[in-house]
Amino acid sequence: MQTVDHTAKRHKTREEQPGSASQRKAAGVLHGAAVIEAIRASGLSYVLSVPDLFTSSGLLVPLAQSNDPPLLRLSREDEGIGIASALSYCDKRALLLIQYTGFHDSVNALRAVTLDYKLPLVMMIGLLGHDPEKAPRDSPRRGVRLVTPILDALEIPYHAIHDDSHVGLIKPAIEGAYATATAVALLIARKPVFP
Amino acid sequence: MIANQDGLKILARHLGDDIVIALYDNAADLMALRPHPLNYFSVGAMGLAASHGLGLALGRPDKRVIVIDGDGSLLMSLGSLVTVAEAAPKNFVHLLWENGVYQANGGHPIPGRARVDFCGLARAAGYHQVHSIATADALEREIGDVLAEEGPVFAALKIDAGPSVKRDFSATRAQGLRDQFRTALQTT
Repeated sequence: MQTVDHTAKRHKTREEQPGSASQRKAAGVLHGAAVIEAIRASGLSYVLSVPDLFTSSGLLVPLAQSNDPPLLRLSREDEGIGIASALSYCDKRALLLIQYTGFHDSVNALRAVTLDYKLPLVMMIGLLGHDPEKAPRDSPRRGVRLVTPILDALEIPYHAIHDDSHVGLIKPAIEGAYATATAVALLIARKPVFP
Repeated sequence: MIANQDGLKILARHLGDDIVIALYDNAADLMALRPHPLNYFSVGAMGLAASHGLGLALGRPDKRVIVIDGDGSLLMSLGSLVTVAEAAPKNFVHLLWENGVYQANGGHPIPGRARVDFCGLARAAGYHQVHSIATADALEREIGDVLAEEGPVFAALKIDAGPSVKRDFSATRAQGLRDQFRTALQTT
Protein backbone atom coordinates (compact mmCIF):
# COMPACT_ATOMS: atom_id res chain seq x y z
CA MET A 1 0.00 0.00 0.00
CA GLN A 2 1.22 3.47 -0.83
CA THR A 3 2.30 5.52 2.15
CA VAL A 4 1.13 9.09 2.16
CA ASP A 5 3.79 11.53 3.15
CA HIS A 6 1.98 14.52 4.60
CA THR A 7 4.97 16.83 4.68
CA ALA A 8 4.25 19.97 2.76
CA LYS A 9 7.11 19.87 0.30
CA ARG A 10 7.13 16.27 -0.78
CA HIS A 11 4.00 14.22 -1.01
CA LYS A 12 3.71 10.92 -2.69
CA THR A 13 0.72 10.13 -4.77
CA ARG A 14 -1.00 7.05 -5.95
CA GLU A 15 -1.73 8.33 -9.41
CA GLU A 16 1.43 7.23 -11.14
CA GLN A 17 1.32 3.68 -9.78
CA PRO A 18 -2.28 2.55 -10.16
CA GLY A 19 -1.19 -0.81 -11.51
CA SER A 20 -0.51 -1.60 -15.10
CA ALA A 21 -3.16 -0.93 -17.70
CA SER A 22 -3.69 -4.66 -18.14
CA GLN A 23 -4.10 -5.12 -14.40
CA ARG A 24 -6.63 -2.30 -14.24
CA LYS A 25 -8.50 -3.68 -17.19
CA ALA A 26 -8.58 -7.10 -15.55
CA ALA A 27 -9.90 -5.66 -12.32
CA GLY A 28 -12.09 -3.19 -14.15
CA VAL A 29 -14.67 -2.52 -11.51
CA LEU A 30 -15.12 -0.26 -8.53
CA HIS A 31 -17.88 -1.33 -6.17
CA GLY A 32 -19.64 1.48 -4.36
CA ALA A 33 -20.44 -0.83 -1.46
CA ALA A 34 -16.73 -1.39 -0.86
CA VAL A 35 -16.04 2.35 -0.94
CA ILE A 36 -18.91 3.01 1.45
CA GLU A 37 -17.66 0.28 3.77
CA ALA A 38 -14.28 2.00 3.86
CA ILE A 39 -15.98 5.34 4.54
CA ARG A 40 -17.97 3.86 7.41
CA ALA A 41 -14.85 2.30 8.88
CA SER A 42 -13.13 5.69 9.00
CA GLY A 43 -15.06 7.28 11.83
CA LEU A 44 -16.81 9.92 9.78
CA SER A 45 -19.59 11.99 11.32
CA TYR A 46 -20.87 13.48 8.08
CA VAL A 47 -20.76 13.16 4.33
CA LEU A 48 -21.03 16.62 2.73
CA SER A 49 -21.98 16.58 -0.90
CA VAL A 50 -23.01 18.34 -4.07
CA PRO A 51 -24.22 15.63 -6.48
CA ASP A 52 -21.84 14.32 -9.12
CA LEU A 53 -23.21 12.24 -11.97
CA PHE A 54 -20.10 10.03 -11.89
CA THR A 55 -20.58 8.96 -8.25
CA SER A 56 -24.35 9.43 -8.06
CA SER A 57 -25.75 5.93 -8.42
CA GLY A 58 -22.75 4.09 -6.99
CA LEU A 59 -22.07 6.23 -3.92
CA LEU A 60 -24.38 9.15 -3.22
CA VAL A 61 -27.69 7.35 -3.72
CA PRO A 62 -26.85 4.48 -1.33
CA LEU A 63 -25.28 6.88 1.15
CA ALA A 64 -28.41 9.03 1.07
CA GLN A 65 -30.66 6.01 1.49
CA SER A 66 -28.76 4.71 4.49
CA ASN A 67 -27.87 8.13 5.91
CA ASP A 68 -24.88 6.37 7.47
CA PRO A 69 -22.86 8.50 7.91
CA PRO A 70 -25.42 11.32 7.91
CA LEU A 71 -25.55 13.17 4.60
CA LEU A 72 -25.62 16.95 4.48
CA ARG A 73 -26.53 18.33 1.08
CA LEU A 74 -24.66 21.49 0.10
CA SER A 75 -25.64 24.29 -2.22
CA ARG A 76 -22.04 24.71 -3.31
CA GLU A 77 -18.85 22.76 -2.74
CA ASP A 78 -16.80 25.39 -0.93
CA GLU A 79 -19.41 25.46 1.82
CA GLY A 80 -18.22 21.97 2.64
CA ILE A 81 -14.72 23.23 3.32
CA GLY A 82 -16.04 25.65 5.95
CA ILE A 83 -18.33 23.02 7.47
CA ALA A 84 -15.69 20.28 7.57
CA SER A 85 -13.11 22.65 9.03
CA ALA A 86 -15.48 23.77 11.77
CA LEU A 87 -16.45 20.17 12.53
CA SER A 88 -12.77 19.33 12.96
CA TYR A 89 -12.56 21.73 15.91
CA CYS A 90 -15.29 19.59 17.48
CA ASP A 91 -13.25 16.42 16.83
CA LYS A 92 -15.69 15.29 14.17
CA ARG A 93 -14.65 13.98 10.77
CA ALA A 94 -16.34 14.69 7.45
CA LEU A 95 -15.99 13.58 3.86
CA LEU A 96 -16.54 16.08 1.06
CA LEU A 97 -18.01 14.12 -1.87
CA ILE A 98 -17.97 16.28 -4.99
CA GLN A 99 -17.26 16.38 -8.71
CA TYR A 100 -13.97 17.70 -10.05
CA THR A 101 -15.74 20.86 -11.18
CA GLY A 102 -16.56 21.64 -7.57
CA PHE A 103 -12.93 21.06 -6.65
CA HIS A 104 -11.90 23.65 -9.22
CA ASP A 105 -14.47 26.04 -7.80
CA SER A 106 -13.18 25.58 -4.25
CA VAL A 107 -9.49 26.32 -4.65
CA ASN A 108 -9.56 29.65 -2.80
CA ALA A 109 -11.34 28.13 0.18
CA LEU A 110 -8.89 25.24 0.15
CA ARG A 111 -5.98 27.63 0.21
CA ALA A 112 -7.43 30.11 2.71
CA VAL A 113 -9.00 27.71 5.19
CA THR A 114 -7.51 24.24 4.93
CA LEU A 115 -3.94 25.10 4.03
CA ASP A 116 -3.38 28.47 5.69
CA TYR A 117 -5.02 27.35 8.93
CA LYS A 118 -3.55 23.82 8.82
CA LEU A 119 -6.87 21.99 9.15
CA PRO A 120 -7.79 18.47 8.04
CA LEU A 121 -9.94 17.90 4.97
CA VAL A 122 -10.85 14.77 3.02
CA MET A 123 -12.17 15.25 -0.48
CA MET A 124 -13.59 12.42 -2.56
CA ILE A 125 -13.63 13.79 -6.09
CA GLY A 126 -15.47 12.17 -8.96
CA LEU A 127 -13.59 12.44 -12.26
CA LEU A 128 -16.61 12.63 -14.57
CA GLY A 129 -15.75 11.69 -18.12
CA HIS A 130 -12.39 10.20 -17.22
CA ASP A 131 -11.03 7.13 -18.99
CA PRO A 132 -10.25 4.79 -16.07
CA GLU A 133 -7.51 3.12 -18.08
CA LYS A 134 -5.49 6.34 -17.89
CA ALA A 135 -3.93 8.30 -15.08
CA PRO A 136 -5.96 11.45 -14.32
CA ARG A 137 -3.28 13.76 -15.72
CA ASP A 138 -3.61 11.93 -19.06
CA SER A 139 -7.39 12.17 -19.13
CA PRO A 140 -9.08 13.10 -22.39
CA ARG A 141 -11.05 15.73 -20.49
CA ARG A 142 -9.26 18.99 -19.69
CA GLY A 143 -11.05 19.56 -16.39
CA VAL A 144 -9.88 16.15 -15.18
CA ARG A 145 -6.34 16.61 -16.53
CA LEU A 146 -6.00 19.76 -14.44
CA VAL A 147 -6.98 18.16 -11.15
CA THR A 148 -3.69 16.55 -10.16
CA PRO A 149 -1.47 19.43 -11.31
CA ILE A 150 -3.58 21.76 -9.16
CA LEU A 151 -3.36 19.37 -6.21
CA ASP A 152 0.41 19.25 -6.75
CA ALA A 153 0.55 23.05 -6.77
CA LEU A 154 -1.44 23.12 -3.53
CA GLU A 155 0.83 20.40 -2.09
CA ILE A 156 -2.18 18.25 -1.31
CA PRO A 157 -1.56 14.49 -1.55
CA TYR A 158 -3.98 12.34 -3.49
CA HIS A 159 -4.82 8.77 -4.41
CA ALA A 160 -6.50 7.72 -7.62
CA ILE A 161 -9.08 5.02 -6.89
CA HIS A 162 -9.28 3.13 -10.17
CA ASP A 163 -10.87 -0.10 -8.98
CA ASP A 164 -11.55 -2.28 -5.97
CA SER A 165 -7.86 -2.97 -5.45
CA HIS A 166 -7.42 0.68 -4.38
CA VAL A 167 -10.26 0.82 -1.87
CA GLY A 168 -7.82 -0.11 0.87
CA LEU A 169 -6.23 3.31 0.45
CA ILE A 170 -9.32 5.15 1.67
CA LYS A 171 -9.33 4.49 5.41
CA PRO A 172 -5.60 5.19 5.96
CA ALA A 173 -5.89 8.37 3.90
CA ILE A 174 -8.78 9.65 6.03
CA GLU A 175 -7.07 8.69 9.27
CA GLY A 176 -3.82 10.24 8.10
CA ALA A 177 -5.47 13.54 7.21
CA TYR A 178 -7.06 13.84 10.63
CA ALA A 179 -3.98 12.64 12.48
CA THR A 180 -1.80 15.26 10.84
CA ALA A 181 -4.31 18.09 10.20
CA THR A 182 -3.73 18.04 6.47
CA ALA A 183 -5.80 17.66 3.33
CA VAL A 184 -6.05 14.61 1.12
CA ALA A 185 -7.91 13.96 -2.13
CA LEU A 186 -9.35 10.59 -3.14
CA LEU A 187 -9.91 10.68 -6.87
CA ILE A 188 -12.70 8.39 -8.04
CA ALA A 189 -11.30 7.47 -11.44
CA ARG A 190 -13.91 4.89 -12.44
CA LYS A 191 -17.68 5.18 -12.18
CA PRO A 192 -18.60 3.08 -9.13
CA VAL A 193 -21.27 0.42 -9.44
CA PHE A 194 -23.51 -0.54 -6.57
CA PRO A 195 -23.30 -2.75 -4.64
CA MET B 1 -29.98 52.85 11.63
CA ILE B 2 -27.71 51.36 14.28
CA ALA B 3 -24.24 52.81 14.72
CA ASN B 4 -21.71 50.05 14.19
CA GLN B 5 -20.12 50.24 17.64
CA ASP B 6 -23.52 50.52 19.35
CA GLY B 7 -24.65 47.33 17.67
CA LEU B 8 -21.66 45.35 18.86
CA LYS B 9 -21.81 46.79 22.39
CA ILE B 10 -25.47 45.88 22.75
CA LEU B 11 -24.91 42.43 21.34
CA ALA B 12 -21.88 41.80 23.55
CA ARG B 13 -23.94 42.47 26.67
CA HIS B 14 -26.29 39.63 25.73
CA LEU B 15 -23.67 37.00 24.97
CA GLY B 16 -22.99 34.12 27.32
CA ASP B 17 -20.56 31.29 26.70
CA ASP B 18 -21.63 31.24 23.08
CA ILE B 19 -19.53 30.48 20.05
CA VAL B 20 -19.38 33.76 18.14
CA ILE B 21 -18.18 34.03 14.55
CA ALA B 22 -17.29 37.48 13.29
CA LEU B 23 -15.51 38.94 10.27
CA TYR B 24 -13.05 41.72 9.55
CA ASP B 25 -13.96 44.94 11.42
CA ASN B 26 -16.48 43.18 13.63
CA ALA B 27 -13.91 40.53 14.55
CA ALA B 28 -11.34 43.16 15.50
CA ASP B 29 -13.87 45.18 17.49
CA LEU B 30 -15.35 42.14 19.20
CA MET B 31 -11.89 41.02 20.31
CA ALA B 32 -11.73 44.20 22.36
CA LEU B 33 -15.36 44.30 23.46
CA ARG B 34 -15.77 40.63 24.30
CA PRO B 35 -12.49 38.80 24.70
CA HIS B 36 -13.53 35.14 24.95
CA PRO B 37 -11.95 31.84 23.96
CA LEU B 38 -15.06 30.88 21.99
CA ASN B 39 -14.67 33.81 19.61
CA TYR B 40 -14.06 32.32 16.16
CA PHE B 41 -12.55 34.68 13.64
CA SER B 42 -10.68 32.32 11.31
CA VAL B 43 -13.28 32.00 8.58
CA GLY B 44 -10.51 32.34 6.00
CA ALA B 45 -12.42 32.83 2.79
CA MET B 46 -15.05 35.52 2.36
CA GLY B 47 -18.53 34.04 2.06
CA LEU B 48 -18.00 31.08 4.36
CA ALA B 49 -19.09 32.50 7.72
CA ALA B 50 -22.43 30.68 7.74
CA SER B 51 -20.74 27.45 6.65
CA HIS B 52 -18.26 27.57 9.52
CA GLY B 53 -21.17 28.36 11.83
CA LEU B 54 -23.14 25.42 10.52
CA GLY B 55 -20.24 23.05 11.12
CA LEU B 56 -19.83 24.30 14.68
CA ALA B 57 -23.56 24.14 15.34
CA LEU B 58 -23.70 20.53 14.15
CA GLY B 59 -20.51 19.61 15.95
CA ARG B 60 -21.57 21.19 19.24
CA PRO B 61 -25.36 21.08 19.47
CA ASP B 62 -25.07 21.95 23.17
CA LYS B 63 -23.61 25.39 22.40
CA ARG B 64 -25.37 28.38 20.86
CA VAL B 65 -23.56 29.48 17.69
CA ILE B 66 -23.94 33.09 16.64
CA VAL B 67 -22.71 34.11 13.19
CA ILE B 68 -22.19 37.84 12.70
CA ASP B 69 -22.16 37.86 8.92
CA GLY B 70 -21.60 40.70 6.47
CA ASP B 71 -24.06 41.49 3.71
CA GLY B 72 -21.28 41.41 1.11
CA SER B 73 -20.07 38.14 2.56
CA LEU B 74 -23.52 36.58 2.48
CA LEU B 75 -24.01 37.67 -1.13
CA MET B 76 -20.99 35.54 -2.02
CA SER B 77 -22.75 32.44 -0.80
CA LEU B 78 -26.49 33.02 -0.81
CA GLY B 79 -26.99 29.30 -1.23
CA SER B 80 -25.62 28.82 2.28
CA LEU B 81 -28.96 30.14 3.57
CA VAL B 82 -30.64 27.13 2.01
CA THR B 83 -27.97 24.73 3.26
CA VAL B 84 -28.38 26.01 6.81
CA ALA B 85 -32.17 25.83 6.63
CA GLU B 86 -31.97 22.28 5.28
CA ALA B 87 -29.78 21.19 8.20
CA ALA B 88 -31.92 23.29 10.57
CA PRO B 89 -29.69 23.36 13.65
CA LYS B 90 -31.69 24.63 16.62
CA ASN B 91 -28.63 26.36 18.08
CA PHE B 92 -27.82 28.50 15.03
CA VAL B 93 -28.32 32.30 15.06
CA HIS B 94 -27.43 34.23 11.92
CA LEU B 95 -27.06 37.96 12.49
CA LEU B 96 -26.58 39.98 9.33
CA TRP B 97 -24.60 43.20 9.74
CA GLU B 98 -26.46 44.93 6.93
CA ASN B 99 -24.40 48.04 6.27
CA GLY B 100 -24.71 48.02 2.49
CA VAL B 101 -20.98 48.14 1.82
CA TYR B 102 -17.84 46.06 1.56
CA GLN B 103 -16.53 47.62 4.76
CA ALA B 104 -13.09 46.00 4.68
CA ASN B 105 -12.59 46.50 0.96
CA GLY B 106 -12.86 50.23 0.51
CA GLY B 107 -16.47 50.86 1.48
CA HIS B 108 -17.86 50.16 -1.98
CA PRO B 109 -21.61 49.53 -2.08
CA ILE B 110 -22.84 45.98 -2.38
CA PRO B 111 -24.95 45.16 -5.41
CA GLY B 112 -28.59 45.68 -4.57
CA ARG B 113 -27.80 47.96 -1.67
CA ALA B 114 -31.03 49.11 0.03
CA ARG B 115 -33.06 47.03 -2.41
CA VAL B 116 -32.17 43.43 -1.69
CA ASP B 117 -34.47 41.90 0.93
CA PHE B 118 -32.20 39.68 3.01
CA CYS B 119 -35.00 38.83 5.43
CA GLY B 120 -37.11 37.73 2.48
CA LEU B 121 -34.27 35.55 1.24
CA ALA B 122 -33.79 33.95 4.65
CA ARG B 123 -37.52 33.39 5.05
CA ALA B 124 -37.78 31.84 1.60
CA ALA B 125 -34.75 29.65 2.30
CA GLY B 126 -36.54 28.18 5.29
CA TYR B 127 -35.14 29.88 8.40
CA HIS B 128 -37.54 29.29 11.27
CA GLN B 129 -37.40 32.80 12.72
CA VAL B 130 -36.63 35.99 10.78
CA HIS B 131 -36.29 39.52 12.13
CA SER B 132 -35.34 42.96 10.90
CA ILE B 133 -33.96 45.35 13.51
CA ALA B 134 -33.39 48.96 12.49
CA THR B 135 -32.57 50.95 15.63
CA ALA B 136 -30.34 50.63 18.67
CA ASP B 137 -33.37 50.82 20.96
CA ALA B 138 -35.07 47.98 19.15
CA LEU B 139 -31.88 45.95 19.23
CA GLU B 140 -31.53 46.48 22.98
CA ARG B 141 -35.16 45.50 23.45
CA GLU B 142 -35.29 42.48 21.15
CA ILE B 143 -31.89 40.85 20.92
CA GLY B 144 -32.25 38.80 24.08
CA ASP B 145 -35.41 37.17 22.78
CA VAL B 146 -33.92 36.71 19.31
CA LEU B 147 -30.91 34.87 20.71
CA ALA B 148 -33.18 32.65 22.83
CA GLU B 149 -35.32 31.46 19.94
CA GLU B 150 -35.08 27.98 18.49
CA GLY B 151 -33.04 28.09 15.32
CA PRO B 152 -32.17 28.51 12.70
CA VAL B 153 -32.76 32.20 13.43
CA PHE B 154 -31.97 35.08 11.08
CA ALA B 155 -31.91 38.76 12.01
CA ALA B 156 -30.89 41.60 9.70
CA LEU B 157 -29.45 44.50 11.68
CA LYS B 158 -29.58 47.80 9.79
CA ILE B 159 -26.15 49.24 10.44
CA ASP B 160 -24.80 52.68 9.64
CA ALA B 161 -21.58 51.81 7.83
CA GLY B 162 -19.63 54.90 8.84
CA PRO B 163 -16.26 55.51 7.24
CA SER B 164 -14.25 52.65 5.77
CA VAL B 165 -10.86 52.65 7.45
CA LYS B 166 -7.97 50.42 6.43
CA ARG B 167 -7.20 48.09 9.33
CA ASP B 168 -4.84 45.24 10.08
CA PHE B 169 -6.84 42.12 10.84
CA SER B 170 -3.91 39.76 11.31
CA ALA B 171 -4.36 39.60 15.08
CA THR B 172 -7.86 38.21 14.63
CA ARG B 173 -6.48 35.28 12.64
CA ALA B 174 -3.57 34.31 14.84
CA GLN B 175 -2.85 30.62 15.26
CA GLY B 176 -2.95 31.15 19.01
CA LEU B 177 -6.62 32.13 18.85
CA ARG B 178 -7.46 28.96 16.95
CA ASP B 179 -5.56 26.86 19.47
CA GLN B 180 -7.35 28.64 22.28
CA PHE B 181 -10.70 28.05 20.59
CA ARG B 182 -10.03 24.33 20.14
CA THR B 183 -8.98 23.96 23.76
CA ALA B 184 -12.02 25.89 24.97
CA LEU B 185 -14.32 23.63 22.95
CA GLN B 186 -12.74 20.57 24.51
CA THR B 187 -13.12 21.87 28.04
CA THR B 188 -16.58 23.44 27.98
